[in-house]
Amino acid sequence: MEGAVVLLDFWPSMFGMRTRIALAEKGIKYEYREEDLRNKSDLLLQMNPVHKKIPVLIHNGKPVCESLIQVQYIDEVWNDRAPLLPSDPYKRAIARFWADFVDKKIYDLGSKVWKTKGEEQETAKKEFIESLKLLEGELGDKAYFGGENLGFVDVALIPFYSWFYAYEKCGNFSIEAECPKLIAWAKRCMQKESVAKSLPDKEKVYEFVLHLKKVYGIE
Amino acid sequence: MYITPVKQEDLANNMAEEVKLFKTWSTPFGLRVVWALKLKGIEYESIDEDLSNKSALLLQYNPVYKKVPVLVHNGKPVSESLVILEYIDETWNQNPLLPEDPFERARQRFWAKFNEEKLLPTIMAIFTKEGKDREEAMAAWVENLKFVEEELKGKKFFGSEKIGLADLVFGWMANLIGIFEEVTGLKIVDERYPLLLAWMQEFYEHPVIKDTWPPHDKMIIKWQALYENYHPAK
Repeated sequence: MEGAVVLLDFWPSMFGMRTRIALAEKGIKYEYREEDLRNKSDLLLQMNPVHKKIPVLIHNGKPVCESLIQVQYIDEVWNDRAPLLPSDPYKRAIARFWADFVDKKIYDLGSKVWKTKGEEQETAKKEFIESLKLLEGELGDKAYFGGENLGFVDVALIPFYSWFYAYEKCGNFSIEAECPKLIAWAKRCMQKESVAKSLPDKEKVYEFVLHLKKVYGIE
Repeated sequence: MYITPVKQEDLANNMAEEVKLFKTWSTPFGLRVVWALKLKGIEYESIDEDLSNKSALLLQYNPVYKKVPVLVHNGKPVSESLVILEYIDETWNQNPLLPEDPFERARQRFWAKFNEEKLLPTIMAIFTKEGKDREEAMAAWVENLKFVEEELKGKKFFGSEKIGLADLVFGWMANLIGIFEEVTGLKIVDERYPLLLAWMQEFYEHPVIKDTWPPHDKMIIKWQALYENYHPAK
């Protein structure tokens, strides 16, 4: 179980944030290494030759790639505390389904919201809100998707909250107005130290998005 | 022996279970679930859907995507093939699809994801596109296959000695590559990938897998028709 843990990451990455939260929830000490994605380190290229992407979790010198796979790995290795997946197979399947839904929908739709304009942006906003509403439905009256405590879906989704401000500014809309329950859930998550420590400041993210827009030549 | 015998108490448990699988006759995603159930010796009822006229039950069991496959176990639905495979593995412990070691589990999941996010979109692009777009898809495909070939070094299956999760996810290649090659006239997996070709053969002929393939001529007709949709005769 013990052994050096290194995380190759990039501060605004929602995917990196997931792994940071999981490590924090389990109280695991690790070395955080910031990557410059325009100048990737040899270590990154060596540890993730297939995708050459962050985050990469390196445990005892061996790499685990893909954020949700890392979260499951962390849950399985450090299985004596703060479980992220429930023990019941059916409940686990539901958690995996919704984490996968977040992966399939939220990143791409969110990206479209800040990258596009006009009708394309309106469609993206509409579908983005629809997806969040489906997630709200799944949350129901629970404090967290994981029930009483943070679970797999909470960890999968909460990083996007740090990007909501940027989406709202770029898309000129209010996510809270459409999905108040989800925002209440997000604020609840932010009360947790593991989450608060792992998410960047929303203004910094917005600045970063504006910088990206310049780089991509998006108005 | 390719599989260990199913214990009597597991059989008794199966009798009390109700397992239904919603799929179509041809879907490779549904076939993965068939394989998992067969490998574990689980009895189930198969419901083949007509996707142009989806049943009310399917829409009720999978309201989010309205797709197949859906596994319904004692009335409770599970959707998305990878989620279903892990559910099956965790519910019925015989012939595990995933190893015990967390690092090796992560490895299987990584390659399963690689198949879904890299191989499948690329093969569909090769099938559906023309000209420069197809060339680009082919180039991406070749790059992807190099990684797959590398992963198979020293292993009989992706799961090592026996079929595992990643093998079931890659399994579509064992019959669909041949069908695509026949329909498109393209060589899609060539002799540069001897390990992959050997794996495809091994998987295709595996005693648990070999009788599950949908009828070849029916598949050719289906994929030929689809191909013509994307490449209408001028």
